[in-house]
Amino acid sequence: MQTEDLFKEMAQSITDGESEKAAELAKQSIAMGIDPLDAINKGFVAGVNYVGDQFSCGMMFLPELVMAGEAMKAAVAVLEPELTKRGTERKMLGKVVLCTVEGDIHEIGKTLVGTMLSATGFQVFDMGVDVPVMKIVEKARDVGADIVAMSALLTTTMVHQKDVIEALEDVGLRDKVKVMVGGAPVTQEWVKQIGADGYSEDAIGAARIARQLLGV
Amino acid sequence: MTGKIKSISNPKISLEILTPEEILRLHTATLDIIEKTGIRFPSKRALDIWEAHGAQVDRETSIVKVPGQIIEDALKLAPPKYSLAARDPAQDLPLDGNHVFLGTDGCGVEVLDIHTGQRRMSAWQDVADIARIGDSLEEIAFHWVAVSAQDYPAKTRGLHELRAIWENSTKHAQTESIYNEREAKAAVEMAAVIAGGKETLRKRPLLSIMQCTAPPLGQDGGSLDAALIGAKAGLPVGFMTMAACLTTAPATLAGTLVVGNAEVISATALIQLAYPGAPVFYAAAQTASDLRTGAYTGGGPEDFLFGAAQNKLADFYNIPISMGSFATGAKEPNWHAGVENSLSTFMASVVMSDMLLGVGLLHGSRIWSYSQMLMDCEIFSIIHKVMQGIVIDDETLALDVIRNVGPGGNFLSQKHTLKHMREIFIPQFMDRRPYNVWEEKHDDGRDWALDKARNILSTHQPEPLDPAVSSELNRIIATVEKG
Repeated sequence: MQTEDLFKEMAQSITDGESEKAAELAKQSIAMGIDPLDAINKGFVAGVNYVGDQFSCGMMFLPELVMAGEAMKAAVAVLEPELTKRGTERKMLGKVVLCTVEGDIHEIGKTLVGTMLSATGFQVFDMGVDVPVMKIVEKARDVGADIVAMSALLTTTMVHQKDVIEALEDVGLRDKVKVMVGGAPVTQEWVKQIGADGYSEDAIGAARIARQLLGV
Repeated sequence: MTGKIKSISNPKISLEILTPEEILRLHTATLDIIEKTGIRFPSKRALDIWEAHGAQVDRETSIVKVPGQIIEDALKLAPPKYSLAARDPAQDLPLDGNHVFLGTDGCGVEVLDIHTGQRRMSAWQDVADIARIGDSLEEIAFHWVAVSAQDYPAKTRGLHELRAIWENSTKHAQTESIYNEREAKAAVEMAAVIAGGKETLRKRPLLSIMQCTAPPLGQDGGSLDAALIGAKAGLPVGFMTMAACLTTAPATLAGTLVVGNAEVISATALIQLAYPGAPVFYAAAQTASDLRTGAYTGGGPEDFLFGAAQNKLADFYNIPISMGSFATGAKEPNWHAGVENSLSTFMASVVMSDMLLGVGLLHGSRIWSYSQMLMDCEIFSIIHKVMQGIVIDDETLALDVIRNVGPGGNFLSQKHTLKHMREIFIPQFMDRRPYNVWEEKHDDGRDWALDKARNILSTHQPEPLDPAVSSELNRIIATVEKG
């Protein structure tokens, strides 16, 4: 297969949300000696952009966006060892530590935000649900996070978003990270009250806010 | 003081949304999921109960796989009928399949202030004010915690919310905002103080407990423990699924019903295994997630269908149901709110859901509006009237009267007219004035609804709680606060 045709197929695999196909094409590109950065940027990313555009004009919907994001992840996972081998790395928009706060097991909104952030080009460290305050802070320090993003569905667990911000202050990390909060009970007033930097009611908005906060 | 409660009963309209064969298919599919895929029960107590009754329990994942027969046998132990008790016994609510009762929605986080109209964070006084208005309205039969008392510490917030309701209303309280064992124990204690002892409370449950499941196919550990505490005390307990098409359930309505049903009946069966014969109810507020954002919508044709379908499932299991209707996704009381709340409530009512949740919240149960509360009550009244249907008998056919008037006359001065005219519905918040009157004032139902709410709040005095009882409630809360 010609390189150009391979790139087209790569884009198509993302548009179709075919993770296995995307991984297969990624392997093929390595076998053909194609630079993995080219495979990503000239091949797969074109598919992501197409889906993004179609979504914006109302022709595609959230499940298609999520599946494209997952296909992209599958392709990048295959290409990553090759990137390391060549001593290159994919330029990411920033590092995000993501979780649902302590005492709260509600996962779906948080996971959706993770998918959207990765698809947008962020490196996401998803810590899962019911994550204690200090675990979040330690993770942010360990990975050198640019953003800490926290979800809560209950007004009684939402208070831990404030605790995390205070803990970040205590360890001197607060001015190094942006804090995003989300979940059904979160409002603009709450964001102001606890001194968070941004919030969004939905996952796509969250990716937009993350870019704004980092100016990328 | 407080008048009588308006409920829908003896309906003349019915709807067969699912055939008996279809219901059986949903049930069989549900049992298949519970038995082979399993449901997550992250509570040690719940897992112990399951294990003791022969379910397959994975302690690592907290996933329980239960043979269908165990679920079916357990559900048969649940009482088909019982009453929710109120501080004022005249306001007890028989959940007997022949009544539809209306409650407030919950649990919002913001309020459109009754005086300024400004949107602000909800507080304890709002819970109290809403309860007081609900106490005076004939359409409101029981209370949920309408908004969160965010000016109280998270640890005892759920208890302060209940205190606000009991201090301001004589009607039944159903809490949806207590999700741990510690608070549940204290809530039971508080209810017992008002009832006059634990045994009286068992006979007259002044409090019922609603817990949310954690879709897909999961439960919340704290909620399970709280529900078990409630059931032990004889309080009616229900589990509500909000599994939604696309995100926490399949895109199809049938698949979404299976996911939600599996969550509800597995938790309900657990309660029966722990406390055989405990009063339980089915609860549901299913919807389809928004195709563009994945967000909760709080409305749409899928909601309306779920609202009717799930009551049929609860009928099949022969337990009462608490149905999520109203709760529009609209940002303010408007066209969107009117359409969604009317249709969702009609569909849930026409199948005789025992409890309807609930009036007053906007933006997917987040923002409280007093206008919306009163207008939702009017929607309920309209449906109440529609459900009475058309009575055909000699008196209503009125042949003598028609003969008397004959061609070309009018019926305004007939005695028969005087006798029956008050059966015609009189709206409170529909604008039937001449056009020029409206043009001059440019006000509408939203303004009148708000006026009525303000008026009730400034004039209605609920029957006060005995000060000794009130201080005992505060003492119980203080104990939890310290503990």
